[in-house]
Amino acid sequence: MTTLEFVNVSKRYRVRGASTMLALDDVSFTLHDRETIALVGQSGSGKSTIAKILTQLETPTSGEVLLNGKPIPRHGRGLRSYRQTLRMIFQDPFASLNPYHSIRYHIERPLRLDNVVPQNETETEVRRLLERVRLDADAVIDRRPHELSGGQRQRVAIARALASRPSLLIADEPVSMLDVSIRLGVLHLLADLQREEGLGVLYITHDLATARHFSDQIMVLHQGRVVEHGPADDVILNPQHEYTRELRSASPDPEKHFATASTRPQGGVA
Amino acid sequence: MPDPLLTVHDFSIVYDVDPPVKAVKNVTLELQRGEILGLAGESGCGKTTLAYGLQRLLRAPAVIASGSVTFHDASGVDIDVNALNVEEMRRFRWDKISMVFQGAMNALNPVTTIGAQLDDVFRVHRPDLSRRERRAACEELLELVAVGRERIRSFPHELSGGMRQRVMIAMALALRPQLMVMVMDEPTTALDVLVQREILSQISMLRHEFGFSVIFITHDLPLLLEISDRIAVMRGGEIIELAPAREIWEHPQHEYTKTLLASFPRLTGERGVLVR
Repeated sequence: MTTLEFVNVSKRYRVRGASTMLALDDVSFTLHDRETIALVGQSGSGKSTIAKILTQLETPTSGEVLLNGKPIPRHGRGLRSYRQTLRMIFQDPFASLNPYHSIRYHIERPLRLDNVVPQNETETEVRRLLERVRLDADAVIDRRPHELSGGQRQRVAIARALASRPSLLIADEPVSMLDVSIRLGVLHLLADLQREEGLGVLYITHDLATARHFSDQIMVLHQGRVVEHGPADDVILNPQHEYTRELRSASPDPEKHFATASTRPQGGVA
Repeated sequence: MPDPLLTVHDFSIVYDVDPPVKAVKNVTLELQRGEILGLAGESGCGKTTLAYGLQRLLRAPAVIASGSVTFHDASGVDIDVNALNVEEMRRFRWDKISMVFQGAMNALNPVTTIGAQLDDVFRVHRPDLSRRERRAACEELLELVAVGRERIRSFPHELSGGMRQRVMIAMALALRPQLMVMVMDEPTTALDVLVQREILSQISMLRHEFGFSVIFITHDLPLLLEISDRIAVMRGGEIIELAPAREIWEHPQHEYTKTLLASFPRLTGERGVLVR
Protein backbone atom coordinates (compact mmCIF):
# COMPACT_ATOMS: atom_id res chain seq x y z
CA MET A 1 0.00 0.00 0.00
CA THR A 2 1.47 3.30 -1.11
CA THR A 3 -0.03 6.69 -0.40
CA LEU A 4 1.22 9.98 -1.67
CA GLU A 5 -0.21 13.11 -0.12
CA PHE A 6 -0.10 16.74 -1.10
CA VAL A 7 -0.98 18.69 2.04
CA ASN A 8 -1.80 22.38 1.54
CA VAL A 9 1.02 22.80 -0.93
CA SER A 10 1.76 26.28 -2.26
CA LYS A 11 4.55 27.27 -4.57
CA ARG A 12 5.62 30.83 -5.17
CA TYR A 13 8.07 31.56 -7.95
CA ARG A 14 10.19 34.67 -7.88
CA VAL A 15 9.81 36.64 -11.08
CA ARG A 16 12.72 38.93 -11.99
CA GLY A 17 13.86 39.41 -8.43
CA ALA A 18 11.13 41.70 -7.21
CA SER A 19 7.62 40.36 -7.79
CA THR A 20 6.41 36.83 -7.19
CA MET A 21 3.97 34.52 -8.87
CA LEU A 22 1.80 32.05 -7.04
CA ALA A 23 1.98 28.91 -9.17
CA LEU A 24 0.23 26.63 -6.71
CA ASP A 25 -2.24 27.84 -4.14
CA ASP A 26 -3.05 25.53 -1.26
CA VAL A 27 -3.28 22.29 -3.22
CA SER A 28 -4.20 19.10 -1.38
CA PHE A 29 -4.87 15.65 -2.76
CA THR A 30 -4.04 12.03 -2.11
CA LEU A 31 -2.89 9.49 -4.67
CA HIS A 32 -3.08 5.83 -3.72
CA ASP A 33 -1.66 2.92 -5.61
CA ARG A 34 -4.23 1.12 -7.76
CA GLU A 35 -5.94 4.33 -8.82
CA THR A 36 -5.60 6.87 -11.60
CA ILE A 37 -6.11 10.56 -11.09
CA ALA A 38 -6.22 12.84 -14.10
CA LEU A 39 -4.90 16.34 -13.64
CA VAL A 40 -6.40 18.71 -16.19
CA GLY A 41 -6.07 22.43 -16.78
CA GLN A 42 -4.83 25.02 -19.24
CA SER A 43 -1.20 25.76 -19.78
CA GLY A 44 -0.01 27.87 -16.87
CA SER A 45 -2.50 26.31 -14.48
CA GLY A 46 0.23 24.65 -12.41
CA LYS A 47 0.16 21.09 -13.73
CA SER A 48 3.86 20.95 -14.37
CA THR A 49 4.68 22.58 -11.04
CA ILE A 50 2.90 19.71 -9.32
CA ALA A 51 4.94 17.23 -11.38
CA LYS A 52 8.14 19.08 -10.53
CA ILE A 53 7.38 19.05 -6.84
CA LEU A 54 6.50 15.35 -7.00
CA THR A 55 9.83 14.57 -8.61
CA GLN A 56 11.63 16.85 -6.16
CA LEU A 57 12.87 19.17 -8.85
CA GLU A 58 11.17 21.95 -6.92
CA THR A 59 10.35 22.27 -3.27
CA PRO A 60 7.06 23.69 -2.02
CA THR A 61 7.07 27.21 -0.55
CA SER A 62 4.68 25.96 2.08
CA GLY A 63 2.83 22.75 2.79
CA GLU A 64 4.09 19.19 2.69
CA VAL A 65 4.40 16.23 0.40
CA LEU A 66 4.13 12.96 2.28
CA LEU A 67 4.85 9.43 1.12
CA ASN A 68 3.11 6.94 3.38
CA GLY A 69 2.77 9.68 5.95
CA LYS A 70 6.44 10.66 5.98
CA PRO A 71 8.05 13.72 4.39
CA ILE A 72 10.10 13.03 1.29
CA PRO A 73 13.85 13.02 1.97
CA ARG A 74 15.66 15.87 0.26
CA HIS A 75 18.81 14.00 -0.64
CA GLY A 76 20.85 10.82 -0.34
CA ARG A 77 19.63 7.28 -0.15
CA GLY A 78 16.15 8.27 0.97
CA LEU A 79 15.55 10.49 -2.05
CA ARG A 80 16.87 7.75 -4.31
CA SER A 81 14.49 5.22 -2.91
CA TYR A 82 11.64 7.73 -3.22
CA ARG A 83 12.47 8.16 -6.87
CA GLN A 84 12.43 4.42 -7.25
CA THR A 85 8.88 4.42 -5.92
CA LEU A 86 7.70 7.17 -8.22
CA ARG A 87 8.62 7.26 -11.89
CA MET A 88 7.89 9.65 -14.66
CA ILE A 89 6.84 9.28 -18.30
CA PHE A 90 7.50 12.38 -20.35
CA GLN A 91 5.58 13.98 -23.16
CA ASP A 92 8.16 13.79 -25.90
CA PRO A 93 9.57 10.33 -26.61
CA PHE A 94 11.83 11.92 -29.22
CA ALA A 95 13.60 13.92 -26.52
CA SER A 96 13.37 11.66 -23.50
CA LEU A 97 15.51 8.86 -24.93
CA ASN A 98 19.21 9.31 -25.51
CA PRO A 99 19.99 9.06 -29.24
CA TYR A 100 23.47 7.65 -28.56
CA HIS A 101 22.33 4.61 -26.67
CA SER A 102 20.60 1.38 -27.58
CA ILE A 103 17.20 0.45 -26.23
CA ARG A 104 18.92 -2.21 -24.09
CA TYR A 105 21.03 0.45 -22.40
CA HIS A 106 17.99 2.59 -21.60
CA ILE A 107 16.31 -0.22 -19.71
CA GLU A 108 19.47 -1.64 -18.15
CA ARG A 109 20.41 1.62 -16.45
CA PRO A 110 17.59 1.77 -13.89
CA LEU A 111 17.87 -2.00 -13.36
CA ARG A 112 21.52 -1.68 -12.40
CA LEU A 113 21.24 1.58 -10.50
CA ASP A 114 18.42 0.31 -8.36
CA ASN A 115 19.74 -3.25 -8.11
CA VAL A 116 16.38 -4.58 -9.18
CA VAL A 117 17.64 -8.00 -10.29
CA PRO A 118 20.97 -9.83 -9.95
CA GLN A 119 23.49 -8.84 -12.66
CA ASN A 120 23.26 -12.10 -14.58
CA GLU A 121 19.51 -11.71 -14.93
CA THR A 122 19.62 -8.21 -16.35
CA GLU A 123 19.26 -9.27 -19.96
CA THR A 124 16.25 -11.46 -19.23
CA GLU A 125 14.64 -8.67 -17.28
CA VAL A 126 15.20 -6.14 -20.07
CA ARG A 127 13.50 -8.52 -22.48
CA ARG A 128 10.68 -9.18 -20.07
CA LEU A 129 10.05 -5.45 -19.70
CA LEU A 130 10.06 -4.90 -23.45
CA GLU A 131 7.56 -7.71 -23.92
CA ARG A 132 5.55 -6.23 -21.08
CA VAL A 133 4.99 -3.05 -23.12
CA ARG A 134 4.15 -5.26 -26.12
CA LEU A 135 7.32 -4.69 -28.07
CA ASP A 136 9.14 -7.46 -29.89
CA ALA A 137 12.27 -7.65 -27.75
CA ASP A 138 14.42 -9.26 -30.44
CA ALA A 139 13.45 -6.63 -32.95
CA VAL A 140 14.10 -3.55 -30.82
CA ILE A 141 16.64 -4.37 -28.13
CA ASP A 142 19.72 -3.47 -30.19
CA ARG A 143 18.15 -0.57 -31.98
CA ARG A 144 18.62 3.06 -31.18
CA PRO A 145 15.73 5.45 -30.58
CA HIS A 146 15.77 7.03 -34.06
CA GLU A 147 15.12 3.64 -35.62
CA LEU A 148 11.80 3.31 -33.80
CA SER A 149 8.45 4.98 -34.38
CA GLY A 150 7.04 7.48 -31.88
CA GLY A 151 4.72 4.89 -30.40
CA GLN A 152 7.52 2.35 -29.99
CA ARG A 153 9.70 4.98 -28.35
CA GLN A 154 6.98 5.87 -25.88
CA ARG A 155 6.63 2.16 -25.06
CA VAL A 156 10.36 2.03 -24.37
CA ALA A 157 9.96 5.03 -22.06
CA ILE A 158 7.17 3.19 -20.25
CA ALA A 159 9.30 0.04 -19.93
CA ARG A 160 12.11 2.17 -18.51
CA ALA A 161 9.73 3.71 -15.98
CA LEU A 162 8.55 0.25 -14.93
CA ALA A 163 12.10 -1.13 -14.60
CA SER A 164 12.54 0.08 -11.03
CA ARG A 165 9.23 -1.53 -10.05
CA PRO A 166 7.65 1.73 -8.95
CA SER A 167 4.29 1.89 -7.26
CA LEU A 168 3.45 5.33 -8.62
CA LEU A 169 3.72 6.76 -12.14
CA ILE A 170 3.44 10.32 -13.32
CA ALA A 171 2.48 10.46 -16.98
CA ASP A 172 2.84 14.00 -18.29
CA GLU A 173 0.87 14.25 -21.57
CA PRO A 174 2.13 10.78 -22.52
CA VAL A 175 0.37 10.58 -25.89
CA SER A 176 0.07 14.13 -27.17
CA MET A 177 3.14 13.77 -29.37
CA LEU A 178 1.95 10.52 -30.92
CA ASP A 179 -0.09 9.96 -34.05
CA VAL A 180 -3.78 9.87 -33.28
CA SER A 181 -4.41 6.31 -34.41
CA ILE A 182 -1.88 4.88 -31.93
CA ARG A 183 -2.74 7.09 -28.94
CA LEU A 184 -5.49 4.88 -27.63
CA GLY A 185 -3.22 1.85 -27.93
CA VAL A 186 -0.64 3.45 -25.65
CA LEU A 187 -3.31 4.64 -23.22
CA HIS A 188 -4.83 1.16 -23.10
CA LEU A 189 -1.38 -0.25 -22.45
CA LEU A 190 -0.91 2.19 -19.57
CA ALA A 191 -4.33 1.31 -18.21
CA ASP A 192 -3.60 -2.43 -18.39
CA LEU A 193 -0.24 -2.02 -16.68
CA GLN A 194 -1.83 0.19 -14.05
CA ARG A 195 -4.35 -2.52 -13.29
CA GLU A 196 -2.00 -5.49 -13.45
CA GLU A 197 0.86 -3.92 -11.49
CA GLY A 198 -1.45 -2.10 -9.10
CA LEU A 199 0.10 1.26 -9.93
CA GLY A 200 -1.07 4.66 -8.83
CA VAL A 201 -1.05 6.94 -11.85
CA LEU A 202 -1.19 10.70 -12.07
CA TYR A 203 -2.26 11.37 -15.65
CA ILE A 204 -1.48 14.95 -16.60
CA THR A 205 -3.37 16.06 -19.68
CA HIS A 206 -5.34 18.79 -21.36
CA ASP A 207 -7.60 16.29 -23.07
CA LEU A 208 -10.83 15.95 -21.13
CA ALA A 209 -12.10 13.03 -23.17
CA THR A 210 -9.19 10.69 -22.41
CA ALA A 211 -9.07 12.00 -18.85
CA ARG A 212 -12.61 10.81 -18.42
CA HIS A 213 -12.09 7.39 -19.97
CA PHE A 214 -8.77 6.53 -18.40
CA SER A 215 -9.06 7.81 -14.85
CA ASP A 216 -10.98 7.12 -11.71
CA GLN A 217 -10.89 10.73 -10.61
CA ILE A 218 -10.37 14.06 -12.29
CA MET A 219 -8.80 17.06 -10.65
CA VAL A 220 -9.25 20.41 -12.40
CA LEU A 221 -6.55 22.96 -11.85
CA HIS A 222 -7.09 26.64 -12.56
CA GLN A 223 -4.58 29.35 -11.73
CA GLY A 224 -2.83 27.13 -9.25
CA ARG A 225 -5.95 26.09 -7.38
CA VAL A 226 -7.88 22.85 -7.49
CA VAL A 227 -11.33 24.08 -8.50
CA GLU A 228 -12.96 20.70 -8.83
CA HIS A 229 -12.03 17.16 -7.84
CA GLY A 230 -14.23 14.11 -8.05
CA PRO A 231 -15.10 10.88 -9.84
CA ALA A 232 -14.26 11.20 -13.55
CA ASP A 233 -17.80 10.87 -14.87
CA ASP A 234 -19.21 13.37 -12.39
CA VAL A 235 -16.66 16.01 -13.24
CA ILE A 236 -17.23 15.73 -17.00
CA LEU A 237 -20.93 15.00 -17.19
CA ASN A 238 -22.02 17.17 -14.32
CA PRO A 239 -19.37 19.84 -13.79
CA GLN A 240 -19.92 22.04 -10.77
CA HIS A 241 -17.38 24.77 -11.26
CA GLU A 242 -17.74 27.47 -13.91
CA TYR A 243 -14.23 26.87 -15.17
CA THR A 244 -14.80 23.13 -15.65
CA ARG A 245 -17.92 23.95 -17.63
CA GLU A 246 -15.94 26.33 -19.81
CA LEU A 247 -13.29 23.70 -20.45
CA ARG A 248 -15.92 21.18 -21.30
CA SER A 249 -17.75 23.34 -23.77
CA ALA A 250 -14.48 24.25 -25.47
CA SER A 251 -13.57 20.60 -26.02
CA PRO A 252 -14.72 19.18 -29.34
CA ASP A 253 -17.79 17.01 -28.87
CA PRO A 254 -19.09 15.90 -32.29
CA GLU A 255 -21.87 13.86 -30.76
CA LYS A 256 -23.44 16.89 -29.17
CA HIS A 257 -22.53 19.11 -32.10
CA PHE A 258 -24.40 17.06 -34.67
CA ALA A 259 -27.29 16.45 -32.32
CA THR A 260 -27.90 20.16 -31.88
CA ALA A 261 -26.45 21.83 -35.00
CA SER A 262 -28.51 22.77 -38.01
CA THR A 263 -27.71 20.94 -41.25
CA ARG A 264 -24.99 23.40 -42.21
CA PRO A 265 -22.18 23.67 -39.66
CA GLN A 266 -21.77 27.18 -38.38
CA GLY A 267 -18.18 26.62 -37.63
CA GLY A 268 -16.54 26.68 -34.28
CA VAL A 269 -18.93 28.90 -32.39
CA ALA A 270 -18.21 28.27 -28.76
CA MET B 1 -25.09 26.00 -56.22
CA PRO B 2 -21.42 25.22 -56.81
CA ASP B 3 -19.17 28.25 -56.98
CA PRO B 4 -15.67 26.83 -57.01
CA LEU B 5 -12.71 28.85 -55.80
CA LEU B 6 -10.00 26.30 -56.34
CA THR B 7 -9.97 23.28 -58.60
CA VAL B 8 -7.26 20.73 -58.06
CA HIS B 9 -7.04 18.06 -60.71
CA ASP B 10 -4.96 14.88 -60.63
CA PHE B 11 -2.32 16.65 -58.56
CA SER B 12 0.79 14.64 -57.64
CA ILE B 13 3.97 15.54 -55.82
CA VAL B 14 7.05 13.37 -55.78
CA TYR B 15 10.12 13.75 -53.60
CA ASP B 16 12.75 12.95 -56.15
CA VAL B 17 15.14 11.04 -53.94
CA ASP B 18 16.31 7.48 -54.32
CA PRO B 19 13.88 5.73 -54.37
CA PRO B 20 11.37 8.48 -55.23
CA VAL B 21 8.64 9.08 -52.66
CA LYS B 22 5.16 9.78 -53.95
CA ALA B 23 3.98 12.15 -51.24
CA VAL B 24 0.76 13.28 -52.91
CA LYS B 25 -0.97 10.96 -55.35
CA ASN B 26 -3.47 12.13 -57.95
CA VAL B 27 -5.47 14.41 -55.70
CA THR B 28 -8.61 15.85 -57.23
CA LEU B 29 -10.81 18.21 -55.32
CA GLU B 30 -12.89 21.32 -55.72
CA LEU B 31 -13.03 23.92 -52.99
CA GLN B 32 -16.09 26.15 -52.91
CA ARG B 33 -16.06 29.86 -52.27
CA GLY B 34 -16.64 30.53 -48.57
CA GLU B 35 -16.20 26.89 -47.63
CA ILE B 36 -14.18 25.50 -44.74
CA LEU B 37 -12.49 22.31 -45.83
CA GLY B 38 -10.87 20.18 -43.17
CA LEU B 39 -7.89 18.10 -44.18
CA ALA B 40 -7.33 15.27 -41.72
CA GLY B 41 -4.59 12.69 -41.59
CA GLU B 42 -1.66 11.51 -39.58
CA SER B 43 1.97 12.47 -39.84
CA GLY B 44 3.48 11.48 -43.14
CA CYS B 45 0.14 11.28 -44.96
CA GLY B 46 1.02 14.16 -47.27
CA LYS B 47 -1.42 16.76 -46.01
CA THR B 48 1.20 19.43 -45.40
CA THR B 49 2.97 18.62 -48.66
CA LEU B 50 -0.34 19.06 -50.46
CA ALA B 51 -1.00 22.41 -48.79
CA TYR B 52 2.45 23.71 -49.63
CA GLY B 53 2.31 22.25 -53.12
CA LEU B 54 -0.90 24.11 -53.95
CA GLN B 55 1.04 27.35 -53.69
CA ARG B 56 4.27 25.95 -55.08
CA LEU B 57 6.02 26.50 -51.79
CA LEU B 58 8.04 23.31 -52.03
CA ARG B 59 11.70 23.14 -52.92
CA ALA B 60 13.68 20.43 -54.63
CA PRO B 61 13.74 17.48 -54.28
CA ALA B 62 9.96 17.95 -54.26
CA VAL B 63 8.59 17.95 -57.79
CA ILE B 64 5.04 18.54 -58.96
CA ALA B 65 4.75 15.40 -61.06
CA SER B 66 1.32 15.83 -62.55
CA GLY B 67 -1.92 17.70 -62.44
CA SER B 68 -3.17 21.25 -62.28
CA VAL B 69 -4.29 23.80 -59.72
CA THR B 70 -6.72 26.40 -60.97
CA PHE B 71 -7.68 29.41 -58.92
CA HIS B 72 -11.00 30.95 -59.89
CA ASP B 73 -10.41 34.56 -58.97
CA ALA B 74 -13.27 36.72 -57.74
CA SER B 75 -12.68 38.93 -60.78
CA GLY B 76 -13.84 36.08 -62.98
CA VAL B 77 -10.37 35.22 -64.29
CA ASP B 78 -9.11 31.65 -63.94
CA ILE B 79 -5.50 31.44 -62.86
CA ASP B 80 -3.44 28.36 -63.66
CA VAL B 81 -1.16 28.38 -60.63
CA ASN B 82 1.43 26.05 -62.18
CA ALA B 83 1.83 28.35 -65.18
CA LEU B 84 2.69 31.52 -63.24
CA ASN B 85 6.23 32.83 -63.60
CA VAL B 86 8.31 33.81 -60.59
CA GLU B 87 7.12 37.40 -60.41
CA GLU B 88 3.48 36.48 -60.99
CA MET B 89 3.74 33.82 -58.34
CA ARG B 90 5.20 36.29 -55.86
CA ARG B 91 2.25 38.57 -56.40
CA PHE B 92 -0.23 35.73 -56.27
CA ARG B 93 0.89 34.36 -52.93
CA TRP B 94 -0.56 36.05 -49.90
CA ASP B 95 -2.72 38.24 -52.11
CA LYS B 96 -5.01 35.43 -53.25
CA ILE B 97 -4.02 32.60 -50.92
CA SER B 98 -2.44 33.18 -47.54
CA MET B 99 -1.19 30.74 -45.01
CA VAL B 100 -0.99 30.41 -41.26
CA PHE B 101 2.01 28.21 -40.81
CA GLN B 102 2.60 25.29 -38.54
CA GLY B 103 3.85 26.50 -35.18
CA ALA B 104 2.41 29.92 -35.95
CA MET B 105 3.19 31.21 -32.51
CA ASN B 106 6.91 30.82 -33.15
CA ALA B 107 6.88 32.04 -36.73
CA LEU B 108 7.27 35.72 -35.92
CA ASN B 109 10.63 37.44 -36.13
CA PRO B 110 11.75 37.97 -32.53
CA VAL B 111 13.85 41.08 -33.18
CA THR B 112 11.31 43.40 -34.77
CA THR B 113 7.93 44.65 -33.62
CA ILE B 114 4.76 43.00 -34.80
CA GLY B 115 3.76 46.32 -36.36
CA ALA B 116 6.85 46.30 -38.56
CA GLN B 117 6.16 42.72 -39.59
CA LEU B 118 2.59 43.51 -40.56
CA ASP B 119 3.79 46.60 -42.36
CA ASP B 120 6.09 44.45 -44.50
CA VAL B 121 3.11 42.75 -46.11
CA PHE B 122 1.74 46.07 -47.33
CA ARG B 123 5.07 47.48 -48.40
CA VAL B 124 5.68 44.47 -50.63
CA HIS B 125 2.21 43.88 -52.00
CA ARG B 126 0.63 47.34 -51.87
CA PRO B 127 3.49 49.70 -52.72
CA ASP B 128 1.06 52.51 -53.51
CA LEU B 129 -0.11 52.86 -49.94
CA SER B 130 1.31 55.77 -47.98
CA ARG B 131 3.00 55.25 -44.67
CA ARG B 132 -0.04 56.58 -42.86
CA GLU B 133 -2.41 54.28 -44.74
CA ARG B 134 -0.22 51.30 -43.97
CA ARG B 135 -0.16 52.18 -40.33
CA ALA B 136 -3.94 52.52 -40.26
CA ALA B 137 -4.31 49.16 -42.00
CA CYS B 138 -2.01 47.45 -39.48
CA GLU B 139 -3.93 48.92 -36.56
CA GLU B 140 -7.20 47.83 -38.07
CA LEU B 141 -5.88 44.29 -38.47
CA LEU B 142 -4.78 44.11 -34.86
CA GLU B 143 -8.24 45.28 -33.79
CA LEU B 144 -9.85 42.73 -36.08
CA VAL B 145 -8.14 39.78 -34.41
CA ALA B 146 -8.68 41.27 -30.94
CA VAL B 147 -5.04 41.83 -30.13
CA GLY B 148 -5.61 45.59 -29.99
CA ARG B 149 -3.96 48.46 -31.85
CA GLU B 150 -1.94 49.47 -28.83
CA ARG B 151 0.19 46.35 -29.26
CA ILE B 152 1.54 47.53 -32.59
CA ARG B 153 4.94 48.29 -31.07
CA SER B 154 5.14 45.07 -29.08
CA PHE B 155 7.77 42.49 -29.76
CA PRO B 156 6.62 38.89 -30.18
CA HIS B 157 7.99 37.83 -26.79
CA GLU B 158 5.79 40.40 -25.09
CA LEU B 159 2.67 38.63 -26.30
CA SER B 160 1.12 35.38 -25.15
CA GLY B 161 1.08 32.34 -27.45
CA GLY B 162 -2.56 32.92 -28.33
CA MET B 163 -1.91 36.57 -29.19
CA ARG B 164 1.03 35.63 -31.37
CA GLN B 165 -1.15 33.18 -33.23
CA ARG B 166 -3.70 35.95 -33.73
CA VAL B 167 -1.02 38.24 -35.11
CA MET B 168 -0.17 35.53 -37.64
CA ILE B 169 -3.83 35.35 -38.56
CA ALA B 170 -3.94 39.15 -38.90
CA MET B 171 -0.99 38.90 -41.24
CA ALA B 172 -2.73 36.22 -43.28
CA LEU B 173 -5.84 38.42 -43.51
CA ALA B 174 -3.93 41.57 -44.43
CA LEU B 175 -4.56 41.50 -48.16
CA ARG B 176 -8.07 40.10 -47.85
CA PRO B 177 -7.17 36.82 -49.55
CA GLN B 178 -9.86 34.59 -50.95
CA LEU B 179 -8.34 31.51 -49.40
CA MET B 180 -6.57 30.98 -46.12
CA VAL B 181 -4.67 27.77 -45.46
CA MET B 182 -4.20 27.03 -41.79
CA VAL B 183 -1.79 24.39 -40.63
CA MET B 184 -2.53 23.70 -36.98
CA ASP B 185 -0.84 20.45 -36.39
CA GLU B 186 2.00 20.96 -33.97
CA PRO B 187 1.32 19.23 -30.68
CA THR B 188 4.16 20.83 -28.73
CA THR B 189 3.10 24.35 -29.56
CA ALA B 190 -0.55 23.48 -29.24
CA LEU B 191 -2.69 26.10 -27.63
CA ASP B 192 -4.96 25.04 -24.88
CA VAL B 193 -8.54 24.34 -25.75
CA LEU B 194 -10.00 27.61 -24.50
CA VAL B 195 -7.68 29.83 -26.52
CA GLN B 196 -8.00 27.59 -29.54
CA ARG B 197 -11.77 27.69 -29.40
CA GLU B 198 -11.73 31.46 -29.16
CA ILE B 199 -9.48 31.80 -32.21
CA LEU B 200 -11.57 29.37 -34.21
CA SER B 201 -14.81 31.16 -33.53
CA GLN B 202 -13.07 34.35 -34.55
CA ILE B 203 -11.97 32.82 -37.86
CA SER B 204 -15.46 31.57 -38.45
CA MET B 205 -16.84 35.05 -37.78
CA LEU B 206 -14.30 36.68 -40.10
CA ARG B 207 -15.09 34.17 -42.78
CA HIS B 208 -18.71 35.25 -42.75
CA GLU B 209 -17.65 38.87 -42.79
CA PHE B 210 -15.14 38.64 -45.64
CA GLY B 211 -16.34 35.51 -47.38
CA PHE B 212 -13.02 33.73 -47.72
CA SER B 213 -12.49 29.97 -47.84
CA VAL B 214 -10.36 28.07 -45.38
CA ILE B 215 -8.39 24.87 -45.70
CA PHE B 216 -7.81 23.70 -42.19
CA ILE B 217 -5.15 21.08 -41.61
CA THR B 218 -4.90 19.11 -38.41
CA HIS B 219 -5.00 15.58 -37.09
CA ASP B 220 -7.70 16.57 -34.61
CA LEU B 221 -10.72 15.02 -36.28
CA PRO B 222 -13.27 15.88 -33.56
CA LEU B 223 -12.30 19.52 -33.94
CA LEU B 224 -12.59 19.36 -37.74
CA LEU B 225 -15.99 17.76 -37.45
CA GLU B 226 -17.23 20.81 -35.61
CA ILE B 227 -15.72 23.55 -37.70
CA SER B 228 -15.62 22.20 -41.27
CA ASP B 229 -18.24 22.12 -43.98
CA ARG B 230 -16.52 19.20 -45.66
CA ILE B 231 -13.68 16.95 -44.58
CA ALA B 232 -11.04 15.23 -46.67
CA VAL B 233 -9.27 12.30 -45.05
CA MET B 234 -5.78 11.63 -46.34
CA ARG B 235 -3.61 8.57 -46.09
CA GLY B 236 -0.49 7.59 -47.97
CA GLY B 237 -0.71 10.67 -50.19
CA GLU B 238 -4.26 10.01 -51.31
CA ILE B 239 -7.57 11.52 -50.36
CA ILE B 240 -9.43 8.39 -49.41
CA GLU B 241 -12.66 10.05 -48.40
CA LEU B 242 -14.16 13.46 -48.99
CA ALA B 243 -17.61 14.26 -47.69
CA PRO B 244 -19.64 16.77 -45.68
CA ALA B 245 -18.65 16.72 -42.01
CA ARG B 246 -21.95 15.22 -40.95
CA GLU B 247 -21.56 12.41 -43.50
CA ILE B 248 -18.07 11.64 -42.22
CA TRP B 249 -19.43 11.49 -38.70
CA GLU B 250 -22.61 9.56 -39.37
CA HIS B 251 -21.69 7.37 -42.34
CA PRO B 252 -17.93 7.07 -42.75
CA GLN B 253 -17.26 4.93 -45.82
CA HIS B 254 -13.60 4.09 -45.60
CA GLU B 255 -12.17 1.72 -43.00
CA TYR B 256 -9.40 4.18 -42.18
CA THR B 257 -11.86 6.99 -41.53
CA LYS B 258 -13.62 4.69 -39.10
CA THR B 259 -10.30 3.90 -37.41
CA LEU B 260 -9.54 7.60 -37.06
CA LEU B 261 -12.98 8.32 -35.63
CA ALA B 262 -12.58 5.46 -33.18
CA SER B 263 -9.23 6.86 -32.04
CA PHE B 264 -10.93 9.66 -30.17
CA PRO B 265 -12.84 8.81 -27.05
CA ARG B 266 -16.20 10.50 -26.79
CA LEU B 267 -16.32 13.32 -24.29
CA THR B 268 -19.88 12.78 -23.18
CA GLY B 269 -20.88 9.52 -24.84
CA GLU B 270 -21.06 6.02 -23.44
CA ARG B 271 -18.19 5.30 -21.12
CA GLY B 272 -18.19 1.58 -21.86
CA VAL B 273 -17.26 2.22 -25.48
CA LEU B 274 -13.65 2.34 -24.54
CA VAL B 275 -13.03 0.53 -21.35
CA ARG B 276 -12.42 -3.07 -22.23
